[in-house]
Amino acid sequence: MKLLTHNLLSSHVRGVGPRGFPLRLQATEVRISPVEFNPDFVARMIPKVEWAALLEAADTLHLVEVPKEPIQGYEHDERFLRKMHHVLLEVDVLEGTLQCPESGRLFPISRGIPNMLLSDEETET
Amino acid sequence: MASRGQRPEHSGPPELFYDKNEARKYVRNSRMIDVQTKMAGRALELLCLPEGQPCYLLDIGCGSGLSGDYLSDEGHYWVGIDISPAMLDVALDRDTEGDLLLGDMGQGIPFKPGSFDGCISISAVQWLCNANKKSDIPAKRLYCFFSALYSVLVHGARAVLQLYPENSEQLELITTQATRAGFTGGVLVDYPNSARAKKFYLCLFSGPSTFIPMARNEDDEEEEARESTFTVERVPYRMARRGVVRKSRQWVLEKKERRRRQGKEVRPDTQYTGRKRKPRF
Repeated sequence: MKLLTHNLLSSHVRGVGPRGFPLRLQATEVRISPVEFNPDFVARMIPKVEWAALLEAADTLHLVEVPKEPIQGYEHDERFLRKMHHVLLEVDVLEGTLQCPESGRLFPISRGIPNMLLSDEETET
Repeated sequence: MASRGQRPEHSGPPELFYDKNEARKYVRNSRMIDVQTKMAGRALELLCLPEGQPCYLLDIGCGSGLSGDYLSDEGHYWVGIDISPAMLDVALDRDTEGDLLLGDMGQGIPFKPGSFDGCISISAVQWLCNANKKSDIPAKRLYCFFSALYSVLVHGARAVLQLYPENSEQLELITTQATRAGFTGGVLVDYPNSARAKKFYLCLFSGPSTFIPMARNEDDEEEEARESTFTVERVPYRMARRGVVRKSRQWVLEKKERRRRQGKEVRPDTQYTGRKRKPRF
């Protein structure tokens, strides 16, 4: 699971609503998988990024060189975009868990795939 | 896949139907791969995304990631959700570029509002119409899916869902729930005259509806009329056919034209079409 996905994922356990974000990330295995750099796409995703959640996730993974906040005119700053590209798209969490901040429900991640299946009682009606 | 004979939806829940054996077909069977890729292409075309802009898309029921590969080839980024672990394993083995998620679309889509620029789904939504547990209520699960989909899309984004409805009631059930969730749009039928090539695409708009794309047809006949209209056209057509001699050139040409309308593969018309052989003896 890439950190961009983590930054957009939100718990959908019944009754949690918008408080299901951000999911608390615990990782036991992380891989860096190179992805082709696309400045247009990274620049388009920057406004969608929730920085507090990103910094928290980067902190648990002990990533260095994560920009603290978006800078002015980031669309044309290639160094900034490359850093963001690395953090959002190349860092891949293979094993670990995601925890819903509201209900405490754990979602396991195995082989890079978060298991978001809910039981009947947890499903929104 | 809809095949002649039993429908896969009737054989049990999707996570059990798409087991290792079924998943392997999506790697080995070139016809299946071809059909899936073509449908993904058509769905992406119907999404009407801005030209030359990389978008962040959602693939519902991504399976082995065949449709996702097409999205990657077109320069888009995607996240796929599927309920079958076996299919996702295949996707991992194939090294797809998108991120994968194990989830049930009938339980909602676990993303923040306004995450995606568009959504495609290939042959998945009809699975929601079947209840595999006592607690499953198809209408409820469909509504849960569509309302979650509405929220995760950017305002004004589209969702194109290719599906195999079993009958018109099922299609109506699906469209009713989509409308209830706030979507506008409608169903587009490609190759409506052909039994095999016919494909249903549910085109949904999460904002003000602009236009519904045209259905593909061999001779671009408009098939928009939803209600039957009174016409006398058919009578002279029938009368004309009555006079045509079987196996004559005109009969052959007419038959080829009819098969073409049905979306079948037909050899081109040439000077040799329907020509009698020379007597040998």
